[in-house]
Amino acid sequence: MKKFMPLALLIVLLVFPIAVQNAYYQHLMILVLMWVVIGSGWNVIAGYTGQVSFGDAAFFGTGAYTAGLLAHHFQISAWWGMAFGGFMAMAVAFPFGWICFRLRGAYFALASLALNEVCRHIATVAEPLTEGMVGILIMPTFLSKLPYYYIALALAVFSVVCVQVVMRSRWGYYFLSIREDQDAAESMGIDSHRYKMVSLNIAAFLTGMAGALFMNYMGFIDPEVVFSLHDISIMAILVGIVGGVGTIYGPVVGAFVMVGVHEFFRTGFFGLFKGLAALTGSDYLIVVAKYVSHAHVLGFGILVVLVILLLPNGIVGDWNKLVGRFFPGNKKETAS
Amino acid sequence: MKIFEVKNLVKHFGGLAAVDNVSFEVEKGEILGIIGPNGSGKTTIFNCISNYFPVTGGKIYFKGQDITGLKTNKVSKLGIGRTFQVVKPLGRLSVLDNVIAAAFTKVKTKKEAREKALETLEFCGLDHRRDVIAKSLPIGERKRLEITRSMGTSPELLLLDETAAGLNPSELIEIIDLIKKIRDKGITIIIVEHIMKVMMTISDRIHAINFGQTIATGTPREVANNRAVIEAYLGEEYAHS
Repeated sequence: MKKFMPLALLIVLLVFPIAVQNAYYQHLMILVLMWVVIGSGWNVIAGYTGQVSFGDAAFFGTGAYTAGLLAHHFQISAWWGMAFGGFMAMAVAFPFGWICFRLRGAYFALASLALNEVCRHIATVAEPLTEGMVGILIMPTFLSKLPYYYIALALAVFSVVCVQVVMRSRWGYYFLSIREDQDAAESMGIDSHRYKMVSLNIAAFLTGMAGALFMNYMGFIDPEVVFSLHDISIMAILVGIVGGVGTIYGPVVGAFVMVGVHEFFRTGFFGLFKGLAALTGSDYLIVVAKYVSHAHVLGFGILVVLVILLLPNGIVGDWNKLVGRFFPGNKKETAS
Repeated sequence: MKIFEVKNLVKHFGGLAAVDNVSFEVEKGEILGIIGPNGSGKTTIFNCISNYFPVTGGKIYFKGQDITGLKTNKVSKLGIGRTFQVVKPLGRLSVLDNVIAAAFTKVKTKKEAREKALETLEFCGLDHRRDVIAKSLPIGERKRLEITRSMGTSPELLLLDETAAGLNPSELIEIIDLIKKIRDKGITIIIVEHIMKVMMTISDRIHAINFGQTIATGTPREVANNRAVIEAYLGEEYAHS
């Protein structure tokens, strides 16, 4: 049954926008699909290769700005950014990886965090090129959400398949070996520096494409949005961790959960507080509602703590454990 | 035929000479044992050969080629496999996947790598454990996995770093058999070991070092009766008897 789950999910996703015409839900689904792409990218470098990156926004923003600037300066369709955005993100990833993969573990994570901030500052300061904090505004190509939805879906399917193909190949074994023990990997003839670069570039390419999609879909970007540490980089990590680090479908599940949680907080528990406030006429609840919608980062923090404590391998990685907890009857044997 | 040679190897850690002017050579198909008390620089020699850190001086030749300063993965690709004293299994991977990852050193496709891995697992007597997650193996089998994995890279020279340490007597016999079997395949072996029973039974020649310097070299019997070796291991008063 587990084998047909992805196929069933794909069919549901294909008919979703036809079945649900509501623009808000379609918008959420587009975001989910975009996060599937980013999460898959993060999963390659951090989940499979073990080099935890806090700088996904650098690649995301580069992709978004590539698309935006092409349209802004050269008046060509921002959709070209889908092709170039990935490669521009790789152009950022390459020198970064070349230098910083000499660092291991937490030190690499810190370097990637710095990359994130460096990119954000460049985008803010280089006003002649990027318009700085004014941001880039482009005209949306489509009025309907449907085309965006299917492009996002195609990209999400592409990235999941791409990760799956890579992980079944020689590269996949190399990535896992480097994650498990870099010294052992070297002794097995694996050029760890080179294959960490390969892994990072795959991640950057996928994330860059997601960035270009974001530019096309949202129509407006500024450095604070696309190079955001907590809304992009940390969110990418959360998608990976909640879904399941080092699993193919982890980022898919993670994207659904995290976009859901994000919306849940942003809308003040789906308008619960606002509704209560209106019902009771209490000023106090209006204030609470405002704070709750700003407190999504706090919510993320609590969620991460819970996931790490209860499901260290994420929802997909600990699926059997999760099932066993709720249905103790058909508990399956877990591997680790 | 001389397959491997270390010439005047020197390694300094700050002011400490961990390896001080050590030279030895290995004939194809022989087992060279390196012995010495704790901290005498045995593992450091291995780490210099596979270039985990750069050597301070000296040259290392493999099949006539100067491999000094060559990257660790290049050394392995050339055909020098090694195991680690503190085993380094790829913990969350299955035993089979551990060996497949190593087999990719020499073959390109996954099918070939899988075949090579299965063959190696059978050769090393670990095929009944192939679907087990590596970190759940007991220490004896982890040591065996280390050997299997390095055999997966199809080495011509194998560096074994204390593969017998921590094993029980019956495991010890098995590992000795395995090492002999590897030698019979024509693979040259350099082995570092503390357990004299192992060294005396399998080594063709033994190279004894102390404080990073060579103190004796020769057949196991010669080395065992060498005064400097007895002195290094047991203290000066025993050397006279």
